Amino acid sequence: MFTVLRCVIYRDLLLATRRWADVLTALVFFVIVVSLFPLGVGPEPNLLRTIAPGVIWVAALLASMLSLTRMFSADYADGTLEQMLLSAAPLGMIVAAKVAAHWLVTGLLVVLIAPLLALQFDLPQQLLATLTLSLLLGTPVLSMIGAIGAALTLGLRGGGALLSLLVLPLYVPVLIIGASTVDMAAAGLGTEAHFLLLAALLVVAAAFAPWAAAAALRISAE
Amino acid sequence: MRGRRRLFSGLNFALRGGDLLRVAGANGSGKTSLLRILCGLLSPVCGKVRWCGGDIRLLCEEYWQQLLYIGHAHAVKGELTAMENLVVSCTLAGVNVSREQALEALSRLGLAGYEALPVKILSRGQQRRVALARLFLSEKIPLWILDEPFDALDAGAVDCVQLLIAQHLAHGGAVVLTTHQEIKIDSPQVQRIELDSRVN
Repeated sequence: MFTVLRCVIYRDLLLATRRWADVLTALVFFVIVVSLFPLGVGPEPNLLRTIAPGVIWVAALLASMLSLTRMFSADYADGTLEQMLLSAAPLGMIVAAKVAAHWLVTGLLVVLIAPLLALQFDLPQQLLATLTLSLLLGTPVLSMIGAIGAALTLGLRGGGALLSLLVLPLYVPVLIIGASTVDMAAAGLGTEAHFLLLAALLVVAAAFAPWAAAAALRISAE
Repeated sequence: MRGRRRLFSGLNFALRGGDLLRVAGANGSGKTSLLRILCGLLSPVCGKVRWCGGDIRLLCEEYWQQLLYIGHAHAVKGELTAMENLVVSCTLAGVNVSREQALEALSRLGLAGYEALPVKILSRGQQRRVALARLFLSEKIPLWILDEPFDALDAGAVDCVQLLIAQHLAHGGAVVLTTHQEIKIDSPQVQRIELDSRVN
């Protein structure tokens, strides 16, 4: 069973390296969206410092969503998804592997580059670690919730727009908790509760989202 | 039933080890739908598919472990090499293969020398061969369901696959297939279902 998990993650990463343009699109999108704000708002350090966590979080959310449509659509088009549905391993496991691969090629890169972009907002150094850690806990949740949406809208005409309408409202709790973690740290308050909440969201999503997405895939593939 | 159209009804058949079932019928008569129902990818409006007495909708993975389905789509990734595609599809089906075994399966279908090339630069027939190479590694899977396996293959490859199917039947496996071509498979137990394409 874990062979299948490893095999699917390896396969998706391999595909990502051979279609690196897709990976770069999401990352460059993130960089550009975040960079537009200092340009648009103007060089007012206090204002920039205040909006930094929210802006970076929203951009991470959109970047994660940008690549969601591709999570299952290519496999659906070429018949690989049917093989996954008929696999000897539980479908939830395969979906979990695909979500993990999706996070590694979008979420993780966003987490790694976020501290660098935060410098544009003059975010104090001690907040950079908080921001990165909150993104590290939050972005996997985005990939998991997104997988449910991607599975539900699979094969639909205009699925991309519908996917955003479906998924963005579900991202709201992660956004609120994630961004306010950094705000709390900036105000000098304890961030433990927020980190615990993010971790709780991660655990709940990891336990349920792959199975929900698997059920949605079975319906979509009929 | 597809949409509001009834494709077939009153269908009843049983397959035993060594049986070959050929589903025939014109385009659009529901052959692929029937195969997808047999796999459990599509649920029939009414009726049941049973495997060793148990409903396949309840058996799920237990049934799929014993099933090999090669559909209309090749289920191969253009960006991956023939070798990578074969290893991935076998692993998904729960069959562990070594590099040597995979290489041998590919060379038996005339793909020796092509195993390290990305599949998207191969021809359609060669892509089909990559998909079918799984058959060489799946002798232990009792039920094979093949949708148009000979599609886009040349005469040599068709003979090779037919020989393989005959071997599988001789070893007590069961095969369900659709094809528009004449098949020359020596098997004592051939069943045939003719689907009617009339709109009911």
